Amino acid sequence: MSHTFTLDGKVVPFVDGQTIIQAASAAGVFIPHLCYHPEFKPHGSCKLCTVKVNGRHTASCTMRAAPGMVVESETEEINAERRALTQMLFVEGNHFCPSCEKSGNCQLQATAYHLGMMSAHYDHFFPNRAVDASHPEALLDFNRCILCSLCVRASRDVDGKNVFGLSGRGIKTHLIVNAKSGQLADTDFTLADKAAQVCPVGVILKKRQGFAVPIGERKYDKAPISETAETTEGR
Amino acid sequence: MHAEAVAGVVDRVINRYRRDPTCMLQILREVQEACDWVPPEAIDRMQAMLGVPRTKIEGVAGFYSFIYTEPRGKYRVLFSDNITDRMQGNRALMERLCGNLWVERGKVSEDGLVSVGKTACTGLCDQGPGMLVNNYAIAGLSAERIDEIAELIRGKVPLAEWPPAYFRIEDNIRRADILLNADFKPGEALLAARARAPSDGLNASNMRSWREGLPSGIGGPGATLDEIKRSGLRGRGGAGFTTGLKWEACRNAQLKAGHQRIVVCNADEGEPGTFKDRVLLSKCPDLVFEGMTVAAYAIGATRGFVYLRGEYRYLLDHLNAVLANRRRQNLLGKDICGLPGADFDIEIHVGAGAYVCGEESALIESLEGKRGTPRNRPPFPVTNGYLDQPTIVNNVETFAAAAMIALKGGEWYAGIGTKQSAGTKIISVSGDCERPGIYEYPFGVSIRQVLEDCGATDTQAVQVSGPSGICVAEDEFDRIIAFEDIPTAGAFTIFNKSRDMFEVARNYVHFFQHESCGFCTPCRVGTSLLKNLMDKLHYGSGSPYDFAEIEKLNQLLQSMSHCGLGHTACNPVLDTIAKFRPAYDKRMMQQDFTPAFDLDRELSAARQMTGRDDAGAHLATEHGGQS
Repeated sequence: MSHTFTLDGKVVPFVDGQTIIQAASAAGVFIPHLCYHPEFKPHGSCKLCTVKVNGRHTASCTMRAAPGMVVESETEEINAERRALTQMLFVEGNHFCPSCEKSGNCQLQATAYHLGMMSAHYDHFFPNRAVDASHPEALLDFNRCILCSLCVRASRDVDGKNVFGLSGRGIKTHLIVNAKSGQLADTDFTLADKAAQVCPVGVILKKRQGFAVPIGERKYDKAPISETAETTEGR
Repeated sequence: MHAEAVAGVVDRVINRYRRDPTCMLQILREVQEACDWVPPEAIDRMQAMLGVPRTKIEGVAGFYSFIYTEPRGKYRVLFSDNITDRMQGNRALMERLCGNLWVERGKVSEDGLVSVGKTACTGLCDQGPGMLVNNYAIAGLSAERIDEIAELIRGKVPLAEWPPAYFRIEDNIRRADILLNADFKPGEALLAARARAPSDGLNASNMRSWREGLPSGIGGPGATLDEIKRSGLRGRGGAGFTTGLKWEACRNAQLKAGHQRIVVCNADEGEPGTFKDRVLLSKCPDLVFEGMTVAAYAIGATRGFVYLRGEYRYLLDHLNAVLANRRRQNLLGKDICGLPGADFDIEIHVGAGAYVCGEESALIESLEGKRGTPRNRPPFPVTNGYLDQPTIVNNVETFAAAAMIALKGGEWYAGIGTKQSAGTKIISVSGDCERPGIYEYPFGVSIRQVLEDCGATDTQAVQVSGPSGICVAEDEFDRIIAFEDIPTAGAFTIFNKSRDMFEVARNYVHFFQHESCGFCTPCRVGTSLLKNLMDKLHYGSGSPYDFAEIEKLNQLLQSMSHCGLGHTACNPVLDTIAKFRPAYDKRMMQQDFTPAFDLDRELSAARQMTGRDDAGAHLATEHGGQS
C-alpha cells in the first residue's frame, strides 16, 4: 500500500516497510550515507544519513517511513553535523587522498566534497595500523577503514564466507579477518566475492592495478556523489 | 597449557553450555578462568565445536575488557579507577604494587606471572580503593595490604589460598526502609499474587496465562499486573519508565510459534559510584528472584536471566545456591507453588567488563553471546527482545520493589514517597563523608538531608547518578531525589571543597571514552576527541576556544549518537563548566591562543625509556603544565 511523507517539503511516496532513505532514493532524493548500501541490511552506524523526523534526529537508513512524517534533511544544521561526522572519520584513520588509489572513486572523499568539508578540523589521531598484503590478488589497507561493516555483511550474507568481522571496542574497534594467522591469504577470499566490491573507501584493493583511471575521468570527477546511481556504489 | 589440555577445558565448558553459541560470552569467560586467557587453540576448538566463524568468536572476545586473547599473566590485577578510588589514593597504591613486582603499568611482567592495570569503577566506592584479582574483588586496599599481595603473587600462592579477609565485601547498610528491612519470607509474594485471582477457575486461568500470556482480565496474573500499575512503580535503573506499562506491553505482545516470554534482571551495575544492586543481591537475593518470578507470573514468562556484571563475579556461587534452594522449595521450576503450568526458571549470565551492556538492548545482545552493541530501535525488547522474543528488562531494585508490591499491594506502595515518585530509592553514598554506604529513603529526600545523614561537611558538590547524571552544587542542595526533580539510578558521590572538580569531570570523560562501544561514529570518535580536549586542559594548554569545541561536540553527540552513552558523555564537562568555571579558568594559560603541542611532554617517552626524570632530562618551558 502506498503512502507519503514530506522530505524538505517535497512529497515522497513510500510503500509499507520502506525506510526513509529507501523511499528518498526511489524518489531521486540523495541523503548522504556511508554504511548504508541498498543491497544490504541497514547497519545504522555511520550516522551520516541522520535526518530530523518530526523534529527529532534519527538515522534514515534504519527508520521506517510512516504516513505524514515531516522529514528534514538538507538543512544547514544537519549538514553541519554531517560534515563534523565526516571530519571525525578523516581524523580517526589515516586518509591521504593524494596518494590513495581510491581517490576520485571514494565515497568518503566524495561525501566530504558534497558537504563542503574544507579541512579535517580536529587533530589527527594518526593510528598505527598494519597493512595486510598477504593475499595474492588483494591488498587490505586498514588505515582507511571507516568501520561501515559493508564487507562484513557482504561476505556473511552474500558470499556465505564470513571473511571479515569487527573486533575490539570503542576507538579500538577494528576489522579482522577470518584466519588464525589474521592474514587474508589464509582465508577463502577471492576477488570475485561481493565483499571485494563493496568497500566505500580504499581498504580492499585489487593488487597490481592502481590509478588506472586518469584524473578527470574517475567516478566522482564526472558527477558528484549526490547524482550517482545507488546501485553502482562501491564499484 | 598444551593444546590438548586447552581443548579438554573447552570441551568441558561447551558441553555444559549445551554447545549453545548464544552462551559464547559465558564460554569465553569460563575458558579464561581455567586457562588464564583465551589462547588461539581454544578459539580453534570453539570454532569447531560451536560451528561459528572465528571472526565471530574473536569479535566477541575483543569487545569485553575482561576477556584476553593475549596472555595477561597468572595474576591479573586491575585497580578500580573511579574518581572515589582516586580520592582514596589508588594511584599511589598501583605504583607501589608495580614497583614491588617490577612490572610496568598495563604490561605483563617479563616472567609472564602478573599484569597490573586499571579498570572502571568496581562498585566498592564505600570501601575503596578496590581492585580485582582474576576478576575477584578486594576492597579497602592499603599500603600494607599491597605489600602482602605482592608477596603472595611473588610466592605464586593460588588465589584460593589468599586470606579470606581480603575478599570480604561489606554491605554498609546505614539506612534501611521497605526493601532493605523487608519483612519477607521466600514464597510469600508469590502466594499473595496467586491469591489475588478471583476464586472461580483459578488454576485454569493461571495456566492459560502463563502458557500463552493472554491479555489481562483473567485472574491472578492480571490482578498482579494491576497492582504493579496501581503502585506507580517506575524503573530503578535511571530512566524511570513505568514498570506496569512495560510489563503490560510484553504481556500483550504476540508470541510466535516456539517463542516464550523472557524476564531479564539487569544487574550490570556499571554506573561509576553505584553499588546498591551489589548490596541488594548480597543481602536479599530471594526478594529479587521473587520479584522476577512475580513478573514472570504477571506477564506469562517461562525463562529468566540475571545479567550480573563481571565485577560481581564473587557473588555468583552464592546466588546460584539461592536459586538452587528456591528450586528445592518449588519457588522456581515446574508448577511453581503447586500451580499447574506455572513454569519459570532463572539462570545467571556474568558480564565481562563492558559498561554499555547496562543499556537494555546491548544487554540482550550480550545475553545472546554477541558484542554488546545497542540495537536499532524500534522494535523494542518488549516485543522483540532476547532471541527476538518478548522480553522485559528491569533493574535489580525494581524487581525487589515488585515483590513487595505483590505482597502488600499497589496502594500501600503508592502511599510511600512523593506523588509522582512512589516508593523508596536506595542510594549508594560515597566520597567525602563520615559514613559512606547504602541509604534507603522514601522518594523526596533532599540532597541536604542525605549529606547530613552520612556526615558530609564542607561539601562542594554531589554527583548524582554518576557521570551520566548531574553535578549538584551547594546552592541546589535543597533539591530532592525524585523523578520530578533529580532522578537517579542510585549513585551519590560527594566532593568536599578541597576537590578539583575539573579532575572529576576528566575522570568521567576518560570513563566514557573507554566504555564507548565504538559502533557509531559520533560516540566512538567524539568521546576520544573530548578526552583529548580535557587532557589538553589538564596539561595547561587550554584556551577559551576549547570551551566552544566542547559545546559543539556536546551538541553533535546529543543529536547523532546511537544510544544514551553518547548522549550523556559530555554532561559532566558541561555541568562542571557551568558550575565550577574557576576550576577550568585556572588551566587557561593564555586567553587568546595556546599551542596544544608541548615539546617537553613529547619527550616523556624518551625519559621513560632512559629511566631519567631529573632536571637535565627536561626542557625549560615558560609555563610548566601539570603532568
